[in-house]
Amino acid sequence: MDTLILFLQLFGTFFLIGAFTIGGGYAMLSLIQGEVVTAHHWISESTFTDIVAISQMTPGPIGINSATYVGYDVIAQATGSHLLGICGSATATLALMIPSFIIVLLIVRFYTQFKNSALFEGVMGWLRPAVVGLIGAAAVILVVKTTWFQGTPAFTIVEENFPDWKSWILLAAAFCVSYWGKVNPILVIVGGAVLGLLIY
Amino acid sequence: MEKKPVSLWQIFAVFAKIGAFTIGGGYAMIPIIQDEMARRGWISEDELPDIVALSQSAPGVMAVNISIFAGYRLRGIKGSIAATLGSITPSFCIILAIAMLFTSFKDNPWVIKAFKGIRPVVIALIAVPMVNMARKCCKSWWAWTLAVASLLLVAFLNVSPIYIILCILITAFGYTYIKEKWTR
Repeated sequence: MDTLILFLQLFGTFFLIGAFTIGGGYAMLSLIQGEVVTAHHWISESTFTDIVAISQMTPGPIGINSATYVGYDVIAQATGSHLLGICGSATATLALMIPSFIIVLLIVRFYTQFKNSALFEGVMGWLRPAVVGLIGAAAVILVVKTTWFQGTPAFTIVEENFPDWKSWILLAAAFCVSYWGKVNPILVIVGGAVLGLLIY
Repeated sequence: MEKKPVSLWQIFAVFAKIGAFTIGGGYAMIPIIQDEMARRGWISEDELPDIVALSQSAPGVMAVNISIFAGYRLRGIKGSIAATLGSITPSFCIILAIAMLFTSFKDNPWVIKAFKGIRPVVIALIAVPMVNMARKCCKSWWAWTLAVASLLLVAFLNVSPIYIILCILITAFGYTYIKEKWTR
C-alpha cells in the first residue's frame, strides 16, 4: 500500500515537473530539485549532485536522464527491490513526458495562431529571466542549505559537496575552463574525477 | 507518385540512433536530427528551425518535444509516440544500468574520491548556462528583478520552483492581455 502511494506521488510529482518546466534541461533540474530534494526529501543534496553529474555524462537529455535515475533511486531505496526500481524509473520518465505530449500536439493544431502572438511573446519575456533565477537557485542550494527556525534563517554549507578548501578551488577552476575556455562539460567532469583521485 | 509512408519501426530506430549519440542534451541533438531528417527527406531544412523554436517554447524537455513534432509530421500521433520512445530508450537503459550498479560501487574508496572531485565541478556546470542565459535575456531592470527574486525565493525561502513559474505565467498572461486590449 505504501509502495503504491509512493508510485502515485512519483507520477504526480514528475507530471507537474514536466508541465511546468519551461526553458530546457537546466530549468528542469531546478524543478526536480525543488520537488524531490526540498519538498519530499526523497534524496539528499549530494546524491542529487551525483545524479546531475551522471546525467550530464550519459547520452540523452539531462532532464530525462535525471528523472530516470531519481525514479529508480526513490523506489529502490524505499522497497529494496531492483525490479520495482525499474518500474519507478519508467513511471517518472513517462510522467515527465505526458504533459509535453498533450501540449505539443495542441500546438501542432493551433500552430499559426500561436506563432506570432504578442501574448505568447509577452509571457515568455517574463518567464525567461525567472528561469535564469531558478537555475541559479539550483546551483546555490547545492552549495548552501538554508533552514528556518522561528523566523530566523541559518545557513550551512552542504558538506558532502564542499568538504574542504580544495572543493572551492575545483568549483572556481571548473567555472573558468567551462565559461571562458568553452571546454566540453563531459571533459570538465572527467577532469574533476581525475583531480579528485589525485588530491583526496 | 505518392510517397510511401514511413514505418513506425523505422521512426523508432532513427530516433533511437539520435538518442544514443547525443551527449549533453537538447542543443547537441539539433544538428544530428537535422542531418538525419534531411538525408531521408522526412523533414525539409527550412521546416526544422520552426520545429526547434516551438519545441523550445513548449514545456518539458526540448529533445522530447522535437521528437513529438517530427514523429507527428511523419505518421501522426502513432509516429510521435514511436519517435519519443525511440529517442529516450538508449539513455533510459544506460541510466538504469548505472543506477543499479552505482549502489554497489558507491562505497568504493576510488569512487568516493572521484565524486569528491566531481561534485564542485557539477555546480560550476550549472552556473555556466545560467550566466550565459542571463546575458542573453536579462536586459531590463524588470528582467533582473524577476531573476533575482526567483533565485532568492527558491534558494533561501525554500519556495517550490513550480509556484514561481505558475505565478509568473498567470501575472504575465494577465498583464500582457490587458495591455493588448488597452492599446487596441
